[in-house]
Amino acid sequence: MNTFWIATIGTSVIAFALKFAGHSIPQQWLENPKLQKTNALIPIALLSALVAVQTFTSESKVMIDHRLAGLCTAVVALLLKAPFPVVVISAAVTSAVMYNWL
Amino acid sequence: MRDSLSVSLTVGAYGVAFGAAAVANGFSVVQSCLLSLLTFSGASQFAVVGVIGAGGSAISGIATASLLGIRNGLYGVIMAPRLKVNGFKRVIAAQITIDESTGVALGAQKRNEAAMRQGFWLTGFGVFFFWNLFTVAGALGAQAMGDTRAWGLDSAVPAAFLGLLWPRLEKNSDRALAIVSIIFAIAMTPILPAGLPIIATAFIAIAVGLRR
Repeated sequence: MNTFWIATIGTSVIAFALKFAGHSIPQQWLENPKLQKTNALIPIALLSALVAVQTFTSESKVMIDHRLAGLCTAVVALLLKAPFPVVVISAAVTSAVMYNWL
Repeated sequence: MRDSLSVSLTVGAYGVAFGAAAVANGFSVVQSCLLSLLTFSGASQFAVVGVIGAGGSAISGIATASLLGIRNGLYGVIMAPRLKVNGFKRVIAAQITIDESTGVALGAQKRNEAAMRQGFWLTGFGVFFFWNLFTVAGALGAQAMGDTRAWGLDSAVPAAFLGLLWPRLEKNSDRALAIVSIIFAIAMTPILPAGLPIIATAFIAIAVGLRR
């Protein structure tokens, strides 16, 4: 089994286990406010790191290329309150133009 | 009812972005579709394909996706006493416990209990249907493209992450955490094995969350 299959199956099994565990444990266990707060912060950190790694790195090297132009477009689209598909597509179009013609 | 349908269609359409991102990062069409059917949690799915695509190990990919999946567990804790289901129904309810189904259900709660339950089930099934349908379309589309960079897909993935991140940045402290995480992940990339710079930022979040 290669990396992709292990990742696909492993992610799926744990994702369901977490959902099912939530439906099965008593509510009082998770009422600690610090736990709630931390749970809201984890996605912010991970998603930020994913944006950074996917935009500025390639095979463990830091680099600036056409992807940065795409990300800047996405930021502008988000500032203009564009819906999600517009954000993604405008970023892709900008990046494709930079990649193909520059 | 109308809320459920509009949420299902809009969110489902993001599935195109996921299917395309998965294939662009080296996953097969079948694997992309299995992730949407079985994992069924957008942020986790994007995370696992993002980490593996950046050269991370399967373990780093699974760990990052799972940390993002914890919140579904917490939604389950909130929804379980409201849905009051057991056995097979509980398995199904768990699988469709995501941001959108929980959000619509809690939004409809002020009307009455029946509207709340209907909101949960309709939104859960609706998003599940469209998310999977659009994943197939995105994955097949990306497969037909060949060099996905020429079509800008390598920017569509970080843009999708940014789109998921943006609505969470309400407070200045949240924005500060985002900036620290970005700088940390870039700075650690040449030093740590691929995938670890991403997971390590979760510990920054835990340290901040437990302090305040």
